[in-house]
This record gives sequence, structure tokens and C-alpha cells, in this order.
Amino acid sequence: MHKLLASAYKEFLLLKRDFGSVIILFVMPLVLIITITLIQDSTFKTIENTQIPILVVDNDKGEVAKTMLEGLQSSEAFEIIMSATEAEAKDLVFGGDYQLAVIIPTHLTSDLNKKVNNNVDNLLQNFGIGSESNASEQPEVTSKEVRLYFDPATQVSFKNSVKNGIDKMISKIEMKTIYTSFQKQLSENPDDVIFKTDNFVKFKEILPKKDNEEFIPNSAQHNVPAWSLFAIFFIIVPLSINIVKEKSQGTFVRLRTNPVSYATVLGGKTVVYLAVCLIQFALMLAVGVFVFPKIGLPTLDVSGRLPLLFVVSIFAGLAAIGLGVLIGTIAKTQEQSAPFGATFVVILAAIGGVWVPVFIMPKFMQVLSNISPMNWGLNAYYDVFLRNGSLASILPELALLLLFFIVTTLLSIFFNEKKHAV
Amino acid sequence: MIVIDKISKKYVGADNYSVSNLSLSIKDQEIFGLLGPNGAGKTTLISMLCALVKPTSGHFTINNLNYKQHKTEIKKLIGIVPQEYALYPTLTAFENLKYFGSMYGLKGKALNQKILSHLEILGLEKFANKKIDTFSGGMKRRVNLLASILHNPKVLILDEPTVGVDVQSKNVIINFLKELNANGTTIIYTSHHLNEAEQFCTKVAIIDHGKIIIEGKPKDLINQSDELHNLEDVFISLTGKELRDYA
Repeated sequence: MHKLLASAYKEFLLLKRDFGSVIILFVMPLVLIITITLIQDSTFKTIENTQIPILVVDNDKGEVAKTMLEGLQSSEAFEIIMSATEAEAKDLVFGGDYQLAVIIPTHLTSDLNKKVNNNVDNLLQNFGIGSESNASEQPEVTSKEVRLYFDPATQVSFKNSVKNGIDKMISKIEMKTIYTSFQKQLSENPDDVIFKTDNFVKFKEILPKKDNEEFIPNSAQHNVPAWSLFAIFFIIVPLSINIVKEKSQGTFVRLRTNPVSYATVLGGKTVVYLAVCLIQFALMLAVGVFVFPKIGLPTLDVSGRLPLLFVVSIFAGLAAIGLGVLIGTIAKTQEQSAPFGATFVVILAAIGGVWVPVFIMPKFMQVLSNISPMNWGLNAYYDVFLRNGSLASILPELALLLLFFIVTTLLSIFFNEKKHAV
Repeated sequence: MIVIDKISKKYVGADNYSVSNLSLSIKDQEIFGLLGPNGAGKTTLISMLCALVKPTSGHFTINNLNYKQHKTEIKKLIGIVPQEYALYPTLTAFENLKYFGSMYGLKGKALNQKILSHLEILGLEKFANKKIDTFSGGMKRRVNLLASILHNPKVLILDEPTVGVDVQSKNVIINFLKELNANGTTIIYTSHHLNEAEQFCTKVAIIDHGKIIIEGKPKDLINQSDELHNLEDVFISLTGKELRDYA
């Protein structure tokens, strides 16, 4: 125990006197978390508050076109700019001036009405309600297409979302026209309401409750845990450098001749770097709670969650330390450990879901994300932060993080013993 | 007593043995000099004694303790002064010594007093709280030595302890080692300073190509022939004048 404490105190002194590392460990994560939250928060605000200008060419001038335009306007996502011709709209969109042009075809309203009326007549005739003369007089109606021109630089997700929206709007118009046609055929009084056209199925989002109040996650709630985890794992870089330095400056050789185990030496590092992780996390939470509201960002709500958040941080910190120790043990030079450590953290963050949510990743990457300690840590943080999880609900993630720490530390000890076996 | 029995070491990928079938006995309280040209196998031999390098074959005992079964006990018996400054540059001399002393289980006031008294003997008491990276080469050598003797080792192994230091520092180091030896510490020492070895060692062995080519008291080796006037003559006559550059 005395040797462990002495090792921890030595690590504390080494870290305290390495000002650059202290800056990297404590200040950079704060800068990172503020920058990322500012960017993401402003992006969401931009999407919410800004209307995307789109061109519309109305060749129909009828009821359907009017309903479509009202639908696009009511979404508040678009600023409608009417264009004279399809060719003009096409040039403007393909030239990159607009993201989208919607071309409403000629006679859309009249042809839709004709098509629906024909179908209704046929149907009623089969039930013996309609007149035969109507059926024989039915003109052939060709199908119509609403043309969409997208800027080639437009992202696929945006295109899909617009296409789905317009498709839904057209289906709704068709349905309304069918109901109206039936109404005309079946009722002598056009004011009678036979069919109620309002939606039968509605959506209601149910949010998790905290103290019997619905809790709506904000960008701080999403960003702080994700980027805190990223910062915690960045401890790999200074820790692996610390180990490589010991090897290059000869102190590790001296320690190997001393009656002290490698596990004790690593234990000293673990104690200090775990304390660093927890201080880092506390600072990041403090920034979320006290600094965010002062710079126009949503406040981070940590009420009632602090103990569990620190439990997750301890286990995430241990996993990061285990990995840092392993890289430092295997690497021969700082030139190997530093770039590898930094790049590896970014890769772990990417497959762990820090950059892009795991559920939208390709299947293979989703499987791969299951073996990223950052994914386990992130899930545990989200369980606590966003899903009101209990200690029991995060136990599987904590167990995996602890197991990762044990395996990486044992591998380091094994590698060290094998390399220097006497 | 140290007994080395037919010990050999061949590094992975090397063509030749660095130490080959070498046997040697070093009595208690001897000052034993291991001399030899570059690449002769001196450092490999002492690295094996310090448990830093695994022998390919053979074995050794220190105070009747076999290195295979009593690794930790042997580590407590010996002190190693490596050729490089094995110290933390950003820690003070006192902090370095306290840490390495703690690794031998030393603690508290007893350790603090021991560190301060040793620093005083080696003329470093004024610099106890200065960082190592502000020290001169000679000062670093002295702290490097102190970090290895705080636990009163029975055997002290030194790899070129006076390389790169001025005459004053060298004298302080040699006198300190003589005092340790007088108090019962066996000293094994490698050096390229043959005059120093001649004055300092009670016995020397000249190693070349991983084997001991001669062993004895310095005076006995010099008196073998009228053409030999000092240890350097003995060394040159046995190892030749050819350069021993290797990579």
C-alpha cells in the first residue's frame, strides 16, 4: 500500500509540473464542449428558425395546387417563390441557386377530380346505385406527375424528407377528393357531412418523467455526456506518453530492478489519472450548469443524477486508463504512442456513436459499435441523463467498462512480463 | 558471495552470443571491476545480475539465493546504478530519492533523514529541493548513485558510474563507494577508465567476445610481464588495438 501511495504521489508531482499536459487535460475538454454545443445548438436553431427558399411552378392553378402550396407554407420549413416556367426553375436549381423546385402539372385538379369521380361512379354502379349512362361516358384520365428538381449538392436525407412530405400531402388531397366525390353522389344536401375527414390516428410523443414532470432533452443534455466521454478517453494520450517517457528516460529500468511490481507502478498511475478524469468531468458539468446559460446555451440539468453520473465516469475513466496503459506499454516511442492514441480515440468515438448515432450506422458498424468502450459509456450516460435510468439499468455497461479495464491492464502486465521475463 | 555458473546470453535475432558460457565468483566485500571493450558483454552480464535480461542458459546465485526462485529477495539485496541518469527530470533530488527509497519499503522520518545525510556527504544538500533537470552531469551522477544505495544493499552494481563527470565529482563518487565497501557492501563495477579501475578495484576481470579472458588482482595482472606497466597495457595486450565499433 505504501508503494502504491508513493507511486501515486510521484505521478501527481509529475503531472503537476507538466503544465502543457494540465492544459490539455483540463482546459481543452472545456473548450471542446463549449464549441461543439454552440455549433450544434445554433444548427438546430437555424433549422427551426430559417425557411429554405424553394421554387414552385403552378401549371394547375386549381384547388389541388392551392392545397399543396398551403401545405408547403404551413410546414414553415419553406419560403415559397413562384416561378414562371419549368425550364427557368430547372436552371436555377441545377445552377445551385435553390435547393428545390416543385412543378405542379397542368389540369392536376380537374384530372384528379375526373379520375376520382370515375372510380366512385364505377363503385356505386357495382352496388346498383349509380346510372349506367355515367359509366359509359367516362373519359380516359392519364396519371399525373409532380416533378421535383433538387440541387445535386442537396443531401439525400433532405431529399427523402421532402419527397415523403409531398407524397403524404398528395395522398391526403386524393383521399379528400374521394370523400368529397362520395359525398356528392350519396347526399342530396351538399352541406351534409357523411364522412369526417380529420385524422383518426394521431401521434403523441410521450417523454420520460422526472418528478412527475415531462423531461425534454436539450442539446446540452446530448452533447455534454458524449463529449465528456470523448475528453475522458483522450487521457490515453498523456498517459501513454507518461509511460513511454519513463522507458526512454531510464526510470522504468530502475523500477524494474526495484522490488516493486509493474501492477503497483500502474496502480499509482491509475489512481492519479482516475482523479484527473473525475475532475475533468466535474468541470465539464460545471460548465454545462453555470457557463452554458450565460453564453445563450441551454442549461445542463443534472439534478438528482450526480451520484450516478460520477459512477459512470469512474468506470469510463478506468476503461480509458486501461487502454492508455496498454498503448504506453506496447509503444516504444512517443511518436508511436501519441498519434496512435489520438487517432484511436477518434475511431472509438466514431464507432461508439459520439459523432453519428449508432442506429443510423450501417449494420456492420452497428455490430462493431458494440465492442467500443465509448459506446458502453455513452449508453450509460444517456441512460442516466436522458432515460432516467437507475444503477441497476446501467450495471451491464459498468460491468463491460470494468472488464475492459481489467483485460487491458492484465494484457499490459502480461506483455511487460513477457518482454522482460527473467 | 556471487556465483555465476556457465551463464550465456544470445539476444533474439543476434548472430553471436553476447555472453558465452561465463563462470565467475565474486567474494563478499570485493570491489570487482568488469573491464572490456565496447560490445564485450559487460552490460549484458550485469543486466542479467540485475534481473533486467533473461539468461539464455546457465544460472547465478547471490548470497546463495538462486535468481529464478528468489527474484524479489535478490532485488532487495542489490542496488543498481545504471549508466544513464535514471531519474525524473521534473522532480527534485529529494523527491526522486524519496520515491525510489519508498520502492524498497523505506518511509517516514528515517528515510527523510537518510536522504538528507547522504545528500550532504555527496555535497548536494543545498540542491535537495532543486529539480534534476537543472543539475550538471556530475550532480546527476551523484543523485543517480544515491537512488541505488538508500536501502543499504549487500551488493552494489555500477555501470560506468563516473562517465562524463569532472575530476571533483569523480573523486567524491569513488570515495563514497570506498566508504560503502568498507561498511560491507560488495561492489561490481564496469568502466572504460582503466586507471580508475586499477586504483579502485580489489579484483578485475577483462571480458571480450562474451568471455572472461583474464581475472585477478590488478597488480598481479600487471606484474605478469615486464612489458606491462599498468592495467591499460594489460587490456591492450589482451584485446588488441583494433576498433570495436558495432551497431
